[in-house]
Amino acid sequence: MGEFRMPSLGADMETGRLVEWLVLPGESVKRGDIVATVETQKGLFEIESFEDGIMGEPLVPAGTEVSVGTVLALILPERTATVAESGTTVSPAAAVTMASPLPLTATPEVSVTPAQPPAQPQRITASPSARRLAAELAIDLAAIRGTGPHGVIQRGDVEQAAQARDAMPRTTDSAQPATAGSIHPGMRQAIAAAMSRSNREIPHYYLETEIDLSRPLQWLEAENRQRSIRERILPVVLLVKAVAKALRDVPELNGYWLDNQLQIQPDIHIGFAVALREGGLIAPALHGVDQLSLPALMAAIGDLIDRTRTGRLRGSEMTDATISVTNLGDRGARTVFGVIYPPQVALVAFGRIMERPWAEGGMLGVRRCVTATLAADHRATDGHCGSQFLEALNRHLQQPEGL
Amino acid sequence: MTEQELQAIIFAELKKVAPESDPTGVDPTENIREALDIDSYSFQRLLVGFSDQTGIDIPEEDYAKVSTVAGITAYLAARLL
Repeated sequence: MGEFRMPSLGADMETGRLVEWLVLPGESVKRGDIVATVETQKGLFEIESFEDGIMGEPLVPAGTEVSVGTVLALILPERTATVAESGTTVSPAAAVTMASPLPLTATPEVSVTPAQPPAQPQRITASPSARRLAAELAIDLAAIRGTGPHGVIQRGDVEQAAQARDAMPRTTDSAQPATAGSIHPGMRQAIAAAMSRSNREIPHYYLETEIDLSRPLQWLEAENRQRSIRERILPVVLLVKAVAKALRDVPELNGYWLDNQLQIQPDIHIGFAVALREGGLIAPALHGVDQLSLPALMAAIGDLIDRTRTGRLRGSEMTDATISVTNLGDRGARTVFGVIYPPQVALVAFGRIMERPWAEGGMLGVRRCVTATLAADHRATDGHCGSQFLEALNRHLQQPEGL
Repeated sequence: MTEQELQAIIFAELKKVAPESDPTGVDPTENIREALDIDSYSFQRLLVGFSDQTGIDIPEEDYAKVSTVAGITAYLAARLL
């Protein structure tokens, strides 16, 4: 017996609105299947099941805002039918949020969001693929009649609606895709809540080091010369991979501060800060970064940036980062001091890569450098540990062939 | 391909990576990444878009030549027109 609960998609999240059920009662679900979409202050997310089973009747109708931890539906074991008493399964998502008590029963609607977008007037059921296509083509699902089982809107229905629309004469050329451009009203409040909690609770310490990137960048440029433009690897990929390798050397920075103790995590999931064009910031997780080759990591970063900017992140990507990285690339400020995202215990920040004077062996030269800054939780680690991490980071970057 | 068609491709690809902007309003000699707030990932996406539309693969060492609308136009025109 499993309980499908409103997940916590970050330390700052208190409630979420169940937007849509994507699996009908009686259908079988596998661990990792997307079951529902949930809207938080940060946008719309796809939520996966954490177990195999048969989808039970929804306990919460689409369109309802509920507290984190509220049971949304039961996931029944295969070949079992009726609803039973609450189980005690703790999903990975719930495990991350132990810092705040999880309400076990549904609570009355709580509104912490000052401005919500208008609620959908009725329940719309559509296949995930139809839903995506509708978003891409800026088609309103509410205006479509579904031809699938139980009136579910399918991909073909959306294509037909798009054809019908495009056949109509356009009065203006300025139609914008529905997903682009509009700042999510709660985004600022969500960031405010998380960062206030961080600064209130986490005694940060900061370490900074200057890293000479000349050799790794020359190596990367030689590699990229053999690649088509589509396969070219950006410098940030070297930085993120080196962080993962350095965390294998100094694992104390990879984990959570929960229940008054450091809980080091075995997997390295790096929360990668992505700025949204309309303003605001999301740091979804790149999973198992130490296991990825550089081309695979480049592909994962590209995919994550695209999905962050089009609102297609998964719930798990919002919950399981074990450390965060922020990177300014080749524009912007020289040094960044990060604010840790609780319950994580560290954040690594890279400023702008730029040419600087560099003294070595009694000679002064010009090198391409980056300032790497570590913000870490002093409850969990000390400066000595942080310093070892930055040294390991530099060591791995100076051997790019091994990344 | 005419120069007008090339211009249309360039503006369409810029619009894809900066959907809320009006690339046609940017000064052709202004740094396009500063003007439209294009990060290094989006810049690569932009060059992939040019490559798909024109078949021209701009190597990394030429990135400095394609930092403005005028620069992009001249670079692609020299190889296409």
